[in-house]
Amino acid sequence: MTILAQKKQLVIPGELVAKGEYDPDLNVYKDGENIYSTMIGLFEYQGSRISVVPLKHCYFPFVDDIIIGRITDVGMSGWSVDINSPYSAMLPVTEFGARQNYPRKRETTQSLRVGDLVKAKIIAFDRSRDPLLSARDRELGKITGGRMIKITPSKIPRLIGKEGSMINLLKKESACSLSVGQNGIVLVTCNSPKNEEVVVELIKMIEHEAHTQGLTDRVSEVINRKLRGV
Amino acid sequence: MYKLVKPDPSKNLINDKGLRSDGRRPDELRSIKLQVGVLDNADGSAYIEQGKNKIIAGVYGPREIHPKHLIISDRAAIRCRYRMAPFSTDERKHPAPSRREVEISKVIREALEPSVLSEYYPRTVIDIFIEALQCDGGTRCASIVAASLALADAGIPLKELVSSCSVGKVKGHVIVDLYDLEDKYGEADLPIALMPNHNLVTLIQMDGKLSKEEFDKAFNMALEGCRKIRNLQNDALKRKYKLESDTENSKDSKEEVK
Amino acid sequence: MSTTPHSSEILTLECDHIIDLASKGKRIDGRAPMDYRKIKIQTGIIEKANGSAQVDIGQTKVIVGVKIEAGTPFPDTPNEGVQTVNAEFTPLAHPTFELGPPQENSIELSRIVDRNLRESKAIDLTKLSIIPGKKVFVVFIDLNMLDHYGNLIDASTYAALSALLTSKLNKYEVKNDELVIKDDQQPLPMNDYPIPITFAKIGKTLMLDPNIQEENAMSTRLTVGIDNEDCVCAMQKGGLGGFEPSEIESAVETAIQKSKEIRKLIMEATR
Repeated sequence: MTILAQKKQLVIPGELVAKGEYDPDLNVYKDGENIYSTMIGLFEYQGSRISVVPLKHCYFPFVDDIIIGRITDVGMSGWSVDINSPYSAMLPVTEFGARQNYPRKRETTQSLRVGDLVKAKIIAFDRSRDPLLSARDRELGKITGGRMIKITPSKIPRLIGKEGSMINLLKKESACSLSVGQNGIVLVTCNSPKNEEVVVELIKMIEHEAHTQGLTDRVSEVINRKLRGV
Repeated sequence: MYKLVKPDPSKNLINDKGLRSDGRRPDELRSIKLQVGVLDNADGSAYIEQGKNKIIAGVYGPREIHPKHLIISDRAAIRCRYRMAPFSTDERKHPAPSRREVEISKVIREALEPSVLSEYYPRTVIDIFIEALQCDGGTRCASIVAASLALADAGIPLKELVSSCSVGKVKGHVIVDLYDLEDKYGEADLPIALMPNHNLVTLIQMDGKLSKEEFDKAFNMALEGCRKIRNLQNDALKRKYKLESDTENSKDSKEEVK
Repeated sequence: MSTTPHSSEILTLECDHIIDLASKGKRIDGRAPMDYRKIKIQTGIIEKANGSAQVDIGQTKVIVGVKIEAGTPFPDTPNEGVQTVNAEFTPLAHPTFELGPPQENSIELSRIVDRNLRESKAIDLTKLSIIPGKKVFVVFIDLNMLDHYGNLIDASTYAALSALLTSKLNKYEVKNDELVIKDDQQPLPMNDYPIPITFAKIGKTLMLDPNIQEENAMSTRLTVGIDNEDCVCAMQKGGLGGFEPSEIESAVETAIQKSKEIRKLIMEATR
């Protein structure tokens, strides 16, 4: 049993990362004794679990994920939603419209039109059917304002941070409302245009430097300089 | 009326010292330049310059498939188009797809299919578009090299990169990586694609005339060429993503690459 | 654009059975791995063509007609005749064959047949010049699928070769730059008799001459063309899998041996 790469080392598809009785986890595959990476990403292992965190990939839907999508079609029984994934999702009429309290004020428009953004939860997906959405919970539903930013979905966990540390830091310091979809879509709503610019810049920075050391410190530094004016 | 007498170019393909008309040794590849991530719109892209070959490959997907009847329920479909630009050859190539392009699109797709873990994304499609901007022999091999990098750049799960190289025979000598003139006036051409880790040949075609002994020699020379090119592919991919992962040094290293 | 094929025709159960048999060196129709199905060659069946042949390999049936007409040479070979191959996947040959412009499979097939004949210099094109630089004979080889039961590549090439070997060319005269065709005929000048041998990789076993069920179950296909002098003159890999280098080397060896047998068959049928 040997590990052939270091933690956070850049690996590419077909690169041999480990040999022996390890459990291949995400983005690696086992061929006999050998475990290879299937993606361009950073090598990770924990105990006997071997995985690669991809630097670039498309969003693969999981049940219970909160996503932000764009309405692409209106049908008799619901809406087709582009969720930035290979699979377009379906939002049935029955799963929309119970509450409308997003972002802050009540919306009177009950219907969604093509091009509208919607925040929803994936309630069913099994690869043989397109993902099914629900927007009935609180905080879900039509998005009526703000600025949309697309980032690589694999960087979302870093943007959120440990127990929400990073996202809470951004929210607190900028006084902006941030809504994060697991599919790599982030919505920023600010009262101050200046703060909005800074938050967008910070999100791009987190995406770009997600895997580097001391990111939190650098983010704090930018916040100090640009938001607090220190 | 003057009669146009062209010199026979095949005479000088190999000189007395065993060197080829462009100065290469029989087992020497052309200089290869690879660049990953050259397009913004495509999910993944790569550019290859191999001698005078200039080819760009772009990948979209996995994405929704249209028309719906192309859906494969247990894996992603792969679509591939190889296209030569009208200005890519000595004489203008008609823009409509030729039979040669149709065939090459098919063999390139089949060369790449074994490397793609397409079962991860059932009912979707992965589109590969290859534009040969300038053609100087061995474009199908160069296209495979670029397209495989573009697939990796798009974040599509792969068993490994596919490498490709051609060998042939001129004036009885087995030579590697034929350029246009050698391809036209040589006696044989044998393009091969290889997944080196899996020891799997994913493309093999041949035209010309080779005895069993010559075939074995040429075949092994092609496999060796594929392995060399694979190292260049690995480097190209790591170079691109190294830049992204070490932002501190990124400015300096970008200069170096130029 | 080339797209991953999929067919609703395929029966998983049958494929698994064929793969299982292959691992034991057996086949669904009882043949040994290196056996061809019965090959039947009929020539001269279309009187209006310069040459024609129908080849049946088992239930697979392909008919090939050769038409020879005067035409203009290619600028880079002004003193040579022209060879063109076209394949027609007629909808009567298989439920999945559709009407419309040639698809990639028929284009690939015609190019493999063309490559075998061209690269071995099977037709002596240098003898087909009429008025050098201006007029040459064009040999049209049209492949017509009748019944697709697997291995169309071999059946088509054998039929094309048989048709060419029995093709007749009218004698002619050139008077004041005009071509005058006479009534008596001569055989089409031929140099070589290339024989393609097609392998299917099923599981980890190589087999010759796959039938249609085996084509559904195979991961990959390899065609090796062998000329009169036991040299390789054409190759083509198809399908979604790959070969190990050693498999290819042994396939070439097998093809050289097998091609002699089949060449003899064709030579006898076209004598």
